[in-house]
Amino acid sequence: METPDGAIYNQRQQAAMNFKAFLLKNSTKTNLNLYDHLARLLTKVMDERPENAVDVIEDMSREVKRSMLQAQQSALRDSPVPTARHRLAQLQKSLFSQRAADDGDQGDELVETPLPNVAELSFFLEQAGVALGREEMQRIFLALKQLVDTQPLQRCRLWGKILGIEGNYIVAEVEYRDGEEEEEEEGAEEAQEDERERGAQEEDGETVEVVDPLPKSAYKPPPAVPKEPQHSGTNKFTYFVCREPGLPWVRLPNVTPAQIIVARQIQKFFTGRLDAPIVSYPPFPGNEANYLRAQIARISAGTQISPLGFYHFGEEEEEEEEGARDSIKENLDFEGIPVQEMAESLSTWVHHTQHILKQGRCTWVNLAEKAEMDFEEDAEEEEKREEPDEPEPEIGPPLLTPLSEDAELNDIPPWSTRISSHLIPQFAIAVVHSNLWPGASAYACGKKFENIYIGWGLKFSGEGYTPAVPPPPQSEYPSGPEVTEAVDPSVEEERALKAALEEQRAAQEENEGLEMDDDEEEDD
Amino acid sequence: MDSNTLYYSLDLVSVNGFTLNIEQRAALQTSMVILKINYKFSRVLFWGKIVGIKNDYFIAQGVGEDELSRTCLYSFNCMDWHLLPPATEAMIGEVAVAVKGRFVGDPSHEYEHTEIQNHGEGDETLEDVVTVKVNEEKRLAVTVYTIDKEVSVVPRGACIKSPHGTVQINNSFKGLTPSEAAKLSNYLHFSEPRTPKTKSILEMADLNPCIDFLDPLSEDNPKGSWSMQSEQGATVCVIRSLLWLGLTFFHMPATPMHGYIYMGHGLKNLDLTFML
Repeated sequence: METPDGAIYNQRQQAAMNFKAFLLKNSTKTNLNLYDHLARLLTKVMDERPENAVDVIEDMSREVKRSMLQAQQSALRDSPVPTARHRLAQLQKSLFSQRAADDGDQGDELVETPLPNVAELSFFLEQAGVALGREEMQRIFLALKQLVDTQPLQRCRLWGKILGIEGNYIVAEVEYRDGEEEEEEEGAEEAQEDERERGAQEEDGETVEVVDPLPKSAYKPPPAVPKEPQHSGTNKFTYFVCREPGLPWVRLPNVTPAQIIVARQIQKFFTGRLDAPIVSYPPFPGNEANYLRAQIARISAGTQISPLGFYHFGEEEEEEEEGARDSIKENLDFEGIPVQEMAESLSTWVHHTQHILKQGRCTWVNLAEKAEMDFEEDAEEEEKREEPDEPEPEIGPPLLTPLSEDAELNDIPPWSTRISSHLIPQFAIAVVHSNLWPGASAYACGKKFENIYIGWGLKFSGEGYTPAVPPPPQSEYPSGPEVTEAVDPSVEEERALKAALEEQRAAQEENEGLEMDDDEEEDD
Repeated sequence: MDSNTLYYSLDLVSVNGFTLNIEQRAALQTSMVILKINYKFSRVLFWGKIVGIKNDYFIAQGVGEDELSRTCLYSFNCMDWHLLPPATEAMIGEVAVAVKGRFVGDPSHEYEHTEIQNHGEGDETLEDVVTVKVNEEKRLAVTVYTIDKEVSVVPRGACIKSPHGTVQINNSFKGLTPSEAAKLSNYLHFSEPRTPKTKSILEMADLNPCIDFLDPLSEDNPKGSWSMQSEQGATVCVIRSLLWLGLTFFHMPATPMHGYIYMGHGLKNLDLTFML
């Protein structure tokens, strides 16, 4: 009955059925089969009609599989995991809340508030090609408002932002109202010193218990350069930092000259944690908070500039002996310098922050005098020896020195000027970028000017950084006969010596009789 | 970063401080469209800015068929673009010898380096004075090439290698999940892979040859040459290179938005080992 055609047909049908059965076979892992999967996939293609369907078929296939899995996993409900973003949002929420107290006495507050106009700053900075993003600026603005509300401040300024590896610091430069400053931090420092001393004593205690105490070092460290008092020199302003707008502001400790001196010799990235240790050579006295403060002081001293004539020295020109006038006042008659001129010539810009001397202070102190007062007897002796070495007082450039007198470093001019727009120069602003402190910029427009620093907090050295060389090793004890080790005599030599001595003694006894000593040492 | 998304992505990478002002942004939007047509690019990228002492270079890149081969152009006013010569081995060598210090901002500025080489031995020493001259345009080309080679970044999965061997944008890339985005191993160097594959079979099992044809950042030496943070209220994942200060990469998790920009002095941070 079966024709060959029919047989072939049957055979084909059989093969097709076999293959369909194969396709329908469920996977042992996922309990899916290819037949259903392809059907679903093709349905999806028909539904969605994507362009170039052949290119994306693999992805669609994966998506189909994924969607099936998701449906099966819904038995357990996830508890939402608080992400970092969520936590930060919760913290920042407080920035946006308007407090009821603000509404009451707004009249006076609005006029007198030390809050800087960050919105205006942001507007000008963006023209200067420097920005942090508009939303971020607004958040910083709100964070500064929070700072002003919680602290009795007379003056507040957005100093800038320092980038770190794990986090960044937003820095605010503030000045307390007279007399309202909290002196907590001084106490804390003393406590630290006390602790250090106590630690040293404890160590001493331990060494006493040892039967044979180690010899104590007679080395006395050179007298430390005294710290500049609050409101003067490097400590003229107080600085607050916060990692993100909304997080608490932390007050930075005052800077000591030693920290500035070491900070000049090291190149270190900030980590973003204020309590992180600074591992460096030469060792930095303090942790990252101190290092940050030292860099802020250096950057401020190097890059805070203003248009010529904006500040002037006070009316009463006190001619002190040192000649360094450290007080400047805002010139109320300042008219503003044309932008074109400001963008072309560096002599229209002046420094308005004091230069930090090599000693790490803005005003020089004579350390020799201080040594005398501290340990009089020692010092007197030393004075006799080193009388002619009266140290030369260090003098830095005076305040309000024009930028055109700044020193060049490796043929690189220290400042670059720009104008914000070449197309519409009438309404442009003048911009100055520092080449020594990359990230420090200033703009001026009419009577307005501002400085900001956004960067890594590192100085551009021009050449590769070379770490400071360790001090030369201490010279060894001068070698003499009493410390030199002699070669032990051999047995033969000893015998020969003994024999010689015996002979000598015999001869002496024969000659004079009684002289016995002075030979024994030579036996050794 | 892609010229089409420049409008919002510039704000996201401005966390480093540098940005473009409104005039430059507006100019870029106009000129890059023209650039794309004139040079027959499939897309145009804004690469960044190299700050010179007198003038700044703005750099754009055009992409043809293959994502990895890019043509560089530079401009001073974001309007008139000039083609940069492709960097060759000889040029890289010359630049490495002769160049010192910051960019000036003048493409014809010549850097000169004279070296006295001694030939022969004993009394027959011959002194050859070799002078290497390089102009700043070449230096710019080499710098852009080197930065791209060493620190350009792309999130894992954003680019795929097609069966023809060309690298293309993955249209179905939907962004890394927030937990993935926090790992440095999910970001890859966007340049020809340098290290030979020395991974164990176990590690290789998770990799996909058409996605993982690039080197991940986490295998870089020295360790810690990248700084990874979330910025702008933790919405953006920002990666900064500490080797080339100024290179910033951003990626918004769970969106395909990503890109990198270089805004800096064009100097490699050779002191990195002391600074960590």
